[in-house]
Amino acid sequence: MSEKILLNSSDIERVLVRIAHEIVEHNKGARNIAFVGIKTRGVPLAQRLAKIIQTMEQVDIPVGSLDITLYRDDVSSLSFKHVVQQTNVPFDITNKHVILVDDVFYTGRSIRAALDALIDLGRPETIQLAVLIDRGHRELPIRADFVGKNIPTARNEEIKVYVSEVDAVDKVAVMRQEGGKNEHA
Amino acid sequence: MSMHETKSWPAGQGTMLPASMESWNHKHILDLDDFSREEIDLVFEIADGMVEILARDVKKVPTLRGKTIATMFFEPSTRTRASFELAAKYLGADTVSLDAAKSSVAKGESLIDSLRTLQALQVDTIIIRHPCSGAPYLAAKHLETKIINAGDGCHAHPSQGLLDIYTMRKQLGDLSGRKLVIIGDIMHSRVARSNLWGTRNFDIKVILCAPPALIPYGLKQWTENCGLHHVSIEHDLDTAIEGADIVMPLRLQKERQQSGLISSMREYIRLYQVNDARLSRAKPGAIIMHPGPMNEGIEINHDVAYGKRSLIEQQVTNGVAIRMALLYLIAGGKIR
Repeated sequence: MSEKILLNSSDIERVLVRIAHEIVEHNKGARNIAFVGIKTRGVPLAQRLAKIIQTMEQVDIPVGSLDITLYRDDVSSLSFKHVVQQTNVPFDITNKHVILVDDVFYTGRSIRAALDALIDLGRPETIQLAVLIDRGHRELPIRADFVGKNIPTARNEEIKVYVSEVDAVDKVAVMRQEGGKNEHA
Repeated sequence: MSMHETKSWPAGQGTMLPASMESWNHKHILDLDDFSREEIDLVFEIADGMVEILARDVKKVPTLRGKTIATMFFEPSTRTRASFELAAKYLGADTVSLDAAKSSVAKGESLIDSLRTLQALQVDTIIIRHPCSGAPYLAAKHLETKIINAGDGCHAHPSQGLLDIYTMRKQLGDLSGRKLVIIGDIMHSRVARSNLWGTRNFDIKVILCAPPALIPYGLKQWTENCGLHHVSIEHDLDTAIEGADIVMPLRLQKERQQSGLISSMREYIRLYQVNDARLSRAKPGAIIMHPGPMNEGIEINHDVAYGKRSLIEQQVTNGVAIRMALLYLIAGGKIR
């Protein structure tokens, strides 16, 4: 398996600053917006985006974390199962503009699960999707509002996002495996 | 044959599974004797996620949508049955509840035939409580459907054992070096037995405290044979409770006392009731737990049961989260 670095630490920082500006532009300011990161690596990305906008706009922006395990469409199939983690959205999302954040946007199934999970918590004014990497191969009619980088991939490649809060390093790498079907992101 | 011989402590297997998260492959949940520490930690980790769902306005996730879970209880129960049924419903499963007294069992149908009928009705999981020790094992042997033991005779009550340890962990953090005192009707207590198995990998000391007649014959030998070296027996409550971190009185099972195992209720209350005076001998910050239902004024007095150290209501809430975790884990698929 070969690994190729696509983004380094400062690339990721620049991408996040750009997305933050796009979010503020799109929402005409930062009032009434909230971030919800999808576990695991969407959470630190959401926190970083919120911090950038907080500094830019001088407003407090709530950040929550969402575990989508219980909403996946493959739980009771006889394949694999994930360890359930805690969802922590300590604010009311109703009537807020919620920016959902994930690291890699792939089949769209995680986002489908996240939308269901989010809607169980309240009725946001809008839900917008921000992703660091869009690698294509959608299986559902879902699109992202804010994309860090589009990276066309083959299905036998794996995109791995490392964030310092979880992995002690910031980088995005592509890994090529010979044959074999990848897991759904 | 003396009574003690007829009610000897049931033998356990005590098999240890390889300790890793990938090793979770319990099809059924029958007792905690085959649970590794890693598996228990996994159940607890998932239960933490479930606790958050219980705190929501809308307590429902779609995880087990389309699955059917049946409860079949051959003994009365309030909390365990309601707890399992709500756990299933919160996870989106459909539930069907069979009351043995009102079912075909009353017409003479055998246990296995009743369960086979449920299986033929395409039920995915059967949660069974039965007065005979081993009944869920029999069911697991003869059926393809997944079985959860919700209490079998004096033998085991695994979900209660897990929720007890989970509650201790949440309140006390690390359990290393802690002292748990279980008081009362050890003889008839499946809760005590599942707690012994469950705590064996937690570096915790367990003291069983009861009058000699309520300690099963051969218990000491049994704990040694099973490798339960953290368990000891003490007949005097004032001694047992000294420096305890967790105090767990058990319900005096009045329906099982006809045989005169205790000389009088008044004497039992005088020697074994957990009250404020006795509790003052435990560690400051010691917690009170009770598997319920309580006989207030017998094994526990009102002030202790509803005092600030009592976690009895938290146990009930945590019980739902633990049962949700168990239903999730046995729903099929390996943990990634």
